[in-house]
Amino acid sequence: MNVDWSAFTPLAGTAGGLLIGAGAVLLMLGAGRIAGISGIVGGLFTPTRGEGWRVAFLLGLCAAPWVYRLFATLPSITVDASTPRLIVAGLLVGIGTRYGSGCTSGHGVCGLSRGSRRSFVATAIFMAAGFVTVYVLRHAVGG
Amino acid sequence: MAAIYAFAAGLVFGFGLLVSGLADPARVLGFLDLAGLWNPTLAFVMGGAVVVTSIGFALLRRRRASLSGEPMRWPQASQLDWRLAGGSLAFGVGWGVAGFCPGPAVVAAAAGIGEAGIFVVAMLAGMAIHAIIERARRGGA
Repeated sequence: MNVDWSAFTPLAGTAGGLLIGAGAVLLMLGAGRIAGISGIVGGLFTPTRGEGWRVAFLLGLCAAPWVYRLFATLPSITVDASTPRLIVAGLLVGIGTRYGSGCTSGHGVCGLSRGSRRSFVATAIFMAAGFVTVYVLRHAVGG
Repeated sequence: MAAIYAFAAGLVFGFGLLVSGLADPARVLGFLDLAGLWNPTLAFVMGGAVVVTSIGFALLRRRRASLSGEPMRWPQASQLDWRLAGGSLAFGVGWGVAGFCPGPAVVAAAAGIGEAGIFVVAMLAGMAIHAIIERARRGGA
């Protein structure tokens, strides 16, 4: 296995992870809700009363890069995928996270932290699928 | 009141995605590419997030209500089924195709990255398809 040492940033990664966890704990402490992004967005498609927290959380998420820019240069965001690939990926992620009841945040962070059996299974499956998909696209068919 | 806490939580969560590098698909794909030049950073992101959340959730378990007065809505589902497995499989494939999962995609789109915007629109379409299918199933049952 070859490690990409130039892109390896364990300190920033850990610091960011701590913040992600702090955000998840704050949402449960303040609003009593699980910070699962796909669930928060997906819930907007079946609107009921008292769901303003969803919009508020997403506004906070969207404000993050703008507030960040006030203090520092935004980290680079590089997208290599073509438009057709972005569309296929978006559809798969949208449908998949709704049927699977969660994504990296809801299952991968909150679910694992609760010791949820469902989330362990879901996380194992989507991680494995991610590894296999990248292997196939980059090494088997040559991307 | 819940909305104020939710906004603050979203802001902190978004900072975390930016600081960690998770908002950058190139770094996510670098983690998922075990056979290429592997970037292990994402394991540290997940580790840091799970440590904080595990401790925080354990402390919050005793609470009856949140600070806003809303009840603590802990997920109750426990059964393993094909929806969970199939949905997670589709999600993982989509994650591997573009390097975006929902949170980072929303943050990157808000930062003005056009490709992230395309991904988010397609993701919303996928979620709408799910909502329409499930509504039709309930209506027909």
